Amino acid sequence: MNLDTDVIRRQFPFLKKLREERPVAYLDNAATTQKPQAVLDRLEQFYAEHNANINRGMHPLAEEATVAYENARSIVSRFIGAASPQEIIFTRNATESINLVARSYGELLKKDDGIALSLLEHHSNIIPWMQLSKRQGTTIDWIELQEDGRPDLGSLKNILKKKKTKLVSITGLSNVLGIRTPLQDIISLAHEAGAKVLIDAAQLIAHATIDVQELDIDFLAFSGHKIYGPTGIGVLYGKQELLQSMPTFLGGGDMIASVDRDGFVPAELPRKFEAGTPSIADAIGLGSAIEWMESIGVDPMRAQTKHVLAYARKKLESVKDLKILGPTSGNDLLGCVSFTVDGIHPHDCTELLGQKGICLRAGHHCTQILHKYLGVTASTRLSVAVYNTEEEIDRCIEEIIAAQKRFRK
Amino acid sequence: MDLYAENILDHFRSPRGKEPLEKPSVEHHEINASCGDELTLQLRIEGKKITALSWSGTGCAISQAAMSMLSEELIGMPLEKADHLEPEHVKQLLGVPVGTRRTKCALLCLHTLKNAIRKHVGKEMLSWTQMLEPR
Repeated sequence: MNLDTDVIRRQFPFLKKLREERPVAYLDNAATTQKPQAVLDRLEQFYAEHNANINRGMHPLAEEATVAYENARSIVSRFIGAASPQEIIFTRNATESINLVARSYGELLKKDDGIALSLLEHHSNIIPWMQLSKRQGTTIDWIELQEDGRPDLGSLKNILKKKKTKLVSITGLSNVLGIRTPLQDIISLAHEAGAKVLIDAAQLIAHATIDVQELDIDFLAFSGHKIYGPTGIGVLYGKQELLQSMPTFLGGGDMIASVDRDGFVPAELPRKFEAGTPSIADAIGLGSAIEWMESIGVDPMRAQTKHVLAYARKKLESVKDLKILGPTSGNDLLGCVSFTVDGIHPHDCTELLGQKGICLRAGHHCTQILHKYLGVTASTRLSVAVYNTEEEIDRCIEEIIAAQKRFRK
Repeated sequence: MDLYAENILDHFRSPRGKEPLEKPSVEHHEINASCGDELTLQLRIEGKKITALSWSGTGCAISQAAMSMLSEELIGMPLEKADHLEPEHVKQLLGVPVGTRRTKCALLCLHTLKNAIRKHVGKEMLSWTQMLEPR
């Protein structure tokens, strides 16, 4: 089934913005996606008609808010194939989800316990583990990459042989190279060695179906704003028994069953990990974003996005003096492509393209370790979503070539 | 006005002040971690004046052109004056609208210069925030 991109584009108010009388070509979706009218309407509707705090008010409106918030949790639970909505913890974003695991599950770890990370990781899946090392004396083992940038499973095997790894924390899809990591293999290797697995799905969630039970994932983290939902809402999935065994994270209202002078008893899941008033409207907005995706058709959306990315990769490859980072072919390439252009710093490249209404991202994309490994200080990234078209890619390529001409005069 | 005005691109393509310098009095390196722009500045200081300089660096057109332009007016400048150059001065040198996004690119040269002088006289290094605060 082919999607009608025009019909989809009309649902995004942001895409109606014009630059030099042409619509903005938004190709920075790995940073955040634009929001469809359905999500914007749902947010407004919540605040206008149902706004109340959840879980405590005894008045009927408070119940409406609680029901809508819990409904969003159920939608997320179904979307990733969790066994129960209790396994879905709402956080601010993927970063907070990973920090929750590092703080809470991390508290159960001891000196010299190992955390295995790949060189592909975003800083959000590195720093919390470095902080944990400082607190608990845990160590970080780096899963090396193959020449083309794909993770080296041999390196993971060698790390696991040391029998000290307690957690393998790895991205499901690189936010720079656009490489989908072989989760099934990684998870079985980790589990065979008795280690748990955390999947940073910040990028993968937008581009592939994830079934946490089928993959036997222990923890999964993602943000709502990269799948057409609002900012300020993220998800941590954790297996129920694991979440139950973990100490509490933030303390405060809502996360307790009872408190007396001697201490407190934590609430049951999921509230145990949701202290204070959560982002109620944003959680509901995330629920509506998922329902919106389902109404379009999640599989056709992904096929469309993959098609446009493949087109972009092919076109970029044909540009002289442009170098694509990482592999250039394979069925595991999704979401984004990063590149460097000889003689033009990525900031200048994105600035010039931005003046023409073409939005890309420049910098190290929160992956300084990966960039150092690749031997570049910064790169330019093009990332796609369901509303992108081949015509936008063509415009982007034209402007890259124009920038090259301008800088080389 | 365009950020990539002809004078900026000219300085980027043919940077001034990069000829090697013998026996510099001080050498200082600064990096703009968020984008990887780098500058290394060598100064020869005689009688409390900058008498010669040389710089090298990599990065975007704005950061490199700004260093090139600034280097043209530093020869003969008293240290005291160089140390008190305002961020606004560099923006005027560039003569193009430098937005929030590119402020650090434009001012990396000034940051490097001020900390080079501070290194030479044995004062504490300035942080970005301190450098950006108008005195």
